[in-house]
Amino acid sequence: MSAPTREDICQLENEVYSRTTLLTPAPLSYCPGCGHGTAHRLIMEVVEEMNLQADTIGVAPVGCSVLAYDFMDIDMQQAAHGRAPAVATGIKRLYPNKFVFTYQGDGDLAAIGTGETIHACNRGENITIFFVNNGIYGMTGGQMAPTTLPNMKTSTSPFGRDVETMGYPLKITELIANLPGTYFVSRQSVHTAANVRKAKKAIEKAIQYQKLKKGLCFVEIVSNCNSGWKMTPLDSNKWMEENMFPFYPLGDIKVPK
Amino acid sequence: MTEEIIIAGFGGQGVLSMGKILAYSGMMQNKEVSWMPSYGPEMRGGTANVTVIISDERISSPILNQFDTAIILNQQSMDKFENSVKKGGVLIYDPNGITRHPERKDINIYTVEAADESAKIGLAKVFNMIVLGAFLKLKPLIEPEYMRKGLEKSLPPRHHNTIPENERAIETGKKIIKARYLMN
Amino acid sequence: MKDVRLMKGNEAIAEGAIRAGCDGYFGYPITPQSEVLEYLMANKTKERTGMIVLQAESEVASIHMVYGGAAAGKRVMTSSSSPGISLMQEGISFMAGTELPCLLLNVVRGGPGLGTIQPSQADYFQAVKGGGHGDYKMIVLAPASVQEMYDFAKLGFDLAFKHRIQVMVLSDGAIGQMMEKVELDDERPRWTDEEIVKMHTWAATGKTKNRERNIITSLDLNPVKQEIINRKLQAKFRKIEETEVRFETIQCEDAEYLFVAYGSSARVCQKAVQLGRAKGIKVGLLRPITLFPFPYKEVKRLAKQVKGIQCIEMSAGQMIEDVRLGVEGIVGVEHYGRLGGIIPAPDEVLNVLEQNFIKAKIYERTH
Repeated sequence: MSAPTREDICQLENEVYSRTTLLTPAPLSYCPGCGHGTAHRLIMEVVEEMNLQADTIGVAPVGCSVLAYDFMDIDMQQAAHGRAPAVATGIKRLYPNKFVFTYQGDGDLAAIGTGETIHACNRGENITIFFVNNGIYGMTGGQMAPTTLPNMKTSTSPFGRDVETMGYPLKITELIANLPGTYFVSRQSVHTAANVRKAKKAIEKAIQYQKLKKGLCFVEIVSNCNSGWKMTPLDSNKWMEENMFPFYPLGDIKVPK
Repeated sequence: MTEEIIIAGFGGQGVLSMGKILAYSGMMQNKEVSWMPSYGPEMRGGTANVTVIISDERISSPILNQFDTAIILNQQSMDKFENSVKKGGVLIYDPNGITRHPERKDINIYTVEAADESAKIGLAKVFNMIVLGAFLKLKPLIEPEYMRKGLEKSLPPRHHNTIPENERAIETGKKIIKARYLMN
Repeated sequence: MKDVRLMKGNEAIAEGAIRAGCDGYFGYPITPQSEVLEYLMANKTKERTGMIVLQAESEVASIHMVYGGAAAGKRVMTSSSSPGISLMQEGISFMAGTELPCLLLNVVRGGPGLGTIQPSQADYFQAVKGGGHGDYKMIVLAPASVQEMYDFAKLGFDLAFKHRIQVMVLSDGAIGQMMEKVELDDERPRWTDEEIVKMHTWAATGKTKNRERNIITSLDLNPVKQEIINRKLQAKFRKIEETEVRFETIQCEDAEYLFVAYGSSARVCQKAVQLGRAKGIKVGLLRPITLFPFPYKEVKRLAKQVKGIQCIEMSAGQMIEDVRLGVEGIVGVEHYGRLGGIIPAPDEVLNVLEQNFIKAKIYERTH
């Protein structure tokens, strides 16, 4: 018997995975190996599976994912640096039945936008925040982030983050989990198939709880930045497991009682 | 007719609310009115003043430095506003707490012992209405029925039971006003 | 019977917004405009019209809540006073870049810095020349009475949606804090979500199968495209300059001297005109109502008629630059202003006009 041809394999009954229709055909602008693409895909998959496209308004941040609206096939608004939770508040208060989310990086959410983040959480705004934490400023070329680990080298901490002069990494997720306005807070990663599955479950819950008007849901995705960390994608994932996860442990941080 | 009035005294004497009742009553009588307060920290215990204008025509400036009538309720305000009364205008003051009485000879000066009177009848709250009554005796711009409507409009409904005593205070003010110095 | 009330300027614009069908107010307290938020809260707008009122954590958050609501096609507004408006410039610039309609109120107080809480007109440049980054304009309305504070809520929303532009009501502490008679009109219903989807096809309300997704962004990294976007914006501003100029003239028909002033200063000048006329001086007042677009043509028309123009502002002289642009050197233009929260008095400004143009005769006409 001859080997199966490409045509033989590409049959519907053989399909094990298909790309969500809610990702546009535009090629992702992220570096090969970066976790953003997977995070985008998971959110759009869940929106599609829950049949929410017509009811979804997303808010894009400033940072690597500033162009998230180029890839997500939904209505989206681009917010000023750090202000996404305020923008989402404005939308959600006026459209309480829409699904409103922000997608933000660590600089956006935990540095310049700390005030907006904490107060949206504290008011219990019925929105969902997706927070991608890679411990560095990727888009601007690898500067120190609020979540940069102690002694970690970046272009603005070239000899390592000296906590004496540069402060400590901010565990914003633990911080907001303490606020009564947050309902579900979880930290995940997307660097292995098993982690992808767990992350997707957390995203599903976060969206479901918003539909039930439970309050603010917050999903952090600890991710790599192989370009900013100056490593190969594989090495960056290994470094993430060895260094980021001990400081930012994965798992649910606040779950409904 | 245009009457430009400054009311000035301590915060808490009811300066702003007296002006408000006057403005409201004027409005109910279909006059043009404006009420321009001093605002900010002054209101919290310091001096407070309000400019009220009642007119038959569209009001131009709500902010003035010359007035037809000055109603003065403390010494600081006397020092500040005695010279702001237009020539031939009126100055009404409560002598209680006044250490330097007005000296101008080109205006008409009246006193109303409202603080003493309100203490005598045991109603400190209507102090400002006694003063207002004194003013209305000299300048009967507002008919009593519109004063009542003005009180109804400017007092919250839960205080409407005090309207009769406010009206009596206005009448008292009309009775106890005294001329101190009159131009020839 | 007409609904006539005695209201503070700050209360009047809040009531005006409710009756204009405003969907959302997001703001942060600051003197001298806190009555706006207080009035809205006390009026239980959610029950009355469904209008959402939220006290944000900062002026920065407020303006971005407005940005979010505006992007979704709703009638939204905020209010603040000078230092707070400075904080909002980021969001205003984003709304300029995304052409979103909204209503902004600045009850101006004296600056710079924390300055004073007393009335001022020192934020003219910020409002009219573009306080945030980038080439943009807002429509700027200058109320001179409590009635106009009320009226400009509806007018502001209508202009904002007509041109997809931010409308700023540039008031000041005096207009905000004083009480005058206000005639109220009937409540206009808020738009339904269905009406918004139908009318504002640009709004991000959720992508349906029958249309492309709506993206609200001011970002385009391609300079060629960014220039096209900017040219389109500029064309809109030129159109507004042609069609939306508003002003009032008082006793200008036979005027030999002219005051130009807006807002509180215009009220002071109105009295000064009365005082001047009583003394036999033929003086009039031009009151710009829109500061952008500025009534350049009317300024020029009057410049040809009068012997001198006296600008009165509660600033070191900001509007005067636009007056001079309109005058084109035809006649002398002088500035007089009080600073730091002081309002000039009517006789004071009349005296200045007399000194500058009548007694000193420094501006004899030569043509």
